[in-house]
Amino acid sequence: MRFVDEYRDPAAARLALADIEAVSARLVGPERPVLKFMEVCGGHTHTIYKHGIENVLPPTVELVHGPGCPVCVIPMGRVDDAIAVATTPGVIFTSFGDMMRVPGSGSNLLEAKAQGADVRMVYSPLDALRIATEHPEAQVVFFAVGFETTAPSTAVTLMKARARGIENFSVFCNHVTIVPPLKAILESPDLRLDGFLGPGHVSTVIGNHPYRFVPGVYAKPLVTAGFEPLDILSAIVMLCRQLDEGRCEVENQYTRAVPEEGNTRALAILAEVFELRPHFEWRGLGFISQSALKLGPAYAAFDAEERFSIPGVRVADPKACQCGEVLKGVIKPWECKVFGTACTPETPIGTCMVSSEGACAAYYNYGRFTRHQTVPVELSGARS
Amino acid sequence: MTAAERPGDGAAAGGGAPPDLEEALEGRAGLEREDAVLDRIERWRRHRPKLREDFVNSAHGAGGKASAALIDAVFLEAFRNPTLEAMADGAVLPLPSGDRLAFSTDSFVVKPLRFPGGSIGHLAIHGTVNDLAMMGAVPQWLSTGFIIEDGFPVAELRDIVADMHDAADAAGVTVVTGDTKVVNKGAADGVYINTAGIGLVPAGVDLRPATVRPGDKVLVSGHVGDHGVSVMLARGDLALEAEIPSDTAPLNRLVADLLAAAPHTRFLRDPTRGGLATVCNELARDAEVAVVLDEAAIPVRNVVNGACEILGIDPYYVANEGKLVAVVPAGEADAALTAMRATPVGADAAVIGEIRADPPRIVILNTRFGGNRIVDMLVGDPLPRIC
Repeated sequence: MRFVDEYRDPAAARLALADIEAVSARLVGPERPVLKFMEVCGGHTHTIYKHGIENVLPPTVELVHGPGCPVCVIPMGRVDDAIAVATTPGVIFTSFGDMMRVPGSGSNLLEAKAQGADVRMVYSPLDALRIATEHPEAQVVFFAVGFETTAPSTAVTLMKARARGIENFSVFCNHVTIVPPLKAILESPDLRLDGFLGPGHVSTVIGNHPYRFVPGVYAKPLVTAGFEPLDILSAIVMLCRQLDEGRCEVENQYTRAVPEEGNTRALAILAEVFELRPHFEWRGLGFISQSALKLGPAYAAFDAEERFSIPGVRVADPKACQCGEVLKGVIKPWECKVFGTACTPETPIGTCMVSSEGACAAYYNYGRFTRHQTVPVELSGARS
Repeated sequence: MTAAERPGDGAAAGGGAPPDLEEALEGRAGLEREDAVLDRIERWRRHRPKLREDFVNSAHGAGGKASAALIDAVFLEAFRNPTLEAMADGAVLPLPSGDRLAFSTDSFVVKPLRFPGGSIGHLAIHGTVNDLAMMGAVPQWLSTGFIIEDGFPVAELRDIVADMHDAADAAGVTVVTGDTKVVNKGAADGVYINTAGIGLVPAGVDLRPATVRPGDKVLVSGHVGDHGVSVMLARGDLALEAEIPSDTAPLNRLVADLLAAAPHTRFLRDPTRGGLATVCNELARDAEVAVVLDEAAIPVRNVVNGACEILGIDPYYVANEGKLVAVVPAGEADAALTAMRATPVGADAAVIGEIRADPPRIVILNTRFGGNRIVDMLVGDPLPRIC
């Protein structure tokens, strides 16, 4: 594939890895035996496992998987709310496929569907709007999740719905913002990180300026990175160089997509449609103030939370589940008590095990064999 | 008990060793602990999947772990017998004459009924012909059952049946019996078709996972993922302006040529629902081996790769309707490849990997990028109703 294969070139990867190995070797010692970098974004986690990047990194560098999977941070109570709306008579409930198997306290959307709720998988909020125009007799609700990456498409859909007067459409909004949880993680006392891979997709919208507090207040370097394997390696090289040269700043590896100022049009649309919630509960991280979006006054008529009676009951995370520690990078997925036994992708207890971007699911699906056991590539000459 | 509570670990980390030695020991204990966790998971995975749900949902039809759980708990439990327990594409039944009969059935609920490169009619013939071919059988006779929704246009039904006739002709099989039912509007989506088929297994053919040995080569007969992506795009709810023809095709002639060129072929399966990844996982599980695949060698069309990239799905899990995966001894790999490439449906065949002894029951992909990862059984259904 053009414009993709270039970023998956093994020769270039070897050069980057040699760089990482050489520079990181100078930085580690008895005080700091391994450099720990957190990739904030679930998309990065997915790339890292899909391409086996952890297996090619030198032992001096370790990647910690952060909270940036929008599915993984949705608390159980919100899933229960979604199921309550979905099972309301006359409702067509639309959702991204990822959310279908996320467990609420009793069931999930897939099970609600099997028991008669009209739950449909869509690939875009505009698909949900189209369903609303095709079914004027039904109430069509879109389950909006995601960071600033997907919020603009929800916003545009809402603007269209209002402009066209599509009154049977509404949005159950669970959009969240990236900076508050990043702050929460940096405030966490049990944290030991040497730098961050900044979220590339979110940054295409919000730009790089919002991350200045990471080096400024918390003295950690941050490099915004793209989603191809070489992007990840290049960003790690840039982080190592910053540490090596005694610099600590926000840098942009993903310049082909991330403008410094972000996407001003998208930001304007977000400001028009949404407003900040005073607080929002994050799975495993608890309540974080001003960390999520709700529909602003001009769009309140399209807010599913206004239109339907939502239980809004807070459900405590299951005791056995250590999603919070995983999301903060305090423990590795396999260190969780229930990882791979009681909690698997088929029967997830925690959200990290559901989405392919979740740290646990990625590790379980892709990385679940011993890291020091390498399997060299050697095929017969029969291949042409 | 958590990994941290295990007695051995505490002893390793807490013996009052100097700080740097302690670090080193902790590092090693970490790896050992990870190994212990991985062992525990491996033991857990060996349990047959359990059916937990009270209601059937779409995941139970996806061909992955949920399907296996449903089949185990409901069908196998009720019908249990040695032939069924082999859980192959169909049954191989010994006749009093000493010949072996292969018998298989398949149902088709694809939406839309017509897609680039084929229709439900083609699928209904190819699906059963190919299931028989994967048992090494020469497919001969088919039955068909129709479940038709009230109000379905006769003209459309005629077209579908004409497709079935053409497909049967091309594959050299005959439809010899059938059944028709009409259900109320809304009780079916247009038309559903079931076919069953029988064929004879030539003497000497022994295709079983148990015959697979470390060192054997894994081959695929062409590009993977075409059919699933074709149907998904034809459904039109993705707003992607690409058209990919389905690969639906009969494989019985390819199998005959392959078995002639590589008589010790160990295993054949058509990667339909669940795709290449699911077939390799079933192979690794049933043969108790590692299947090591080479990403760079697996043929995937650019347009399929691109569509999958956009949809966030892996082409290795996407259905094919005219491809097969073969395991052959290393010594017969070249002959097998040459034979496959000489047929129209196998022109893009490739050796994509090999069988290893370790780690058993796991499929590993060596990535183009130089890393490696597991390719696990599919959970859930990324593309429902594609066949």
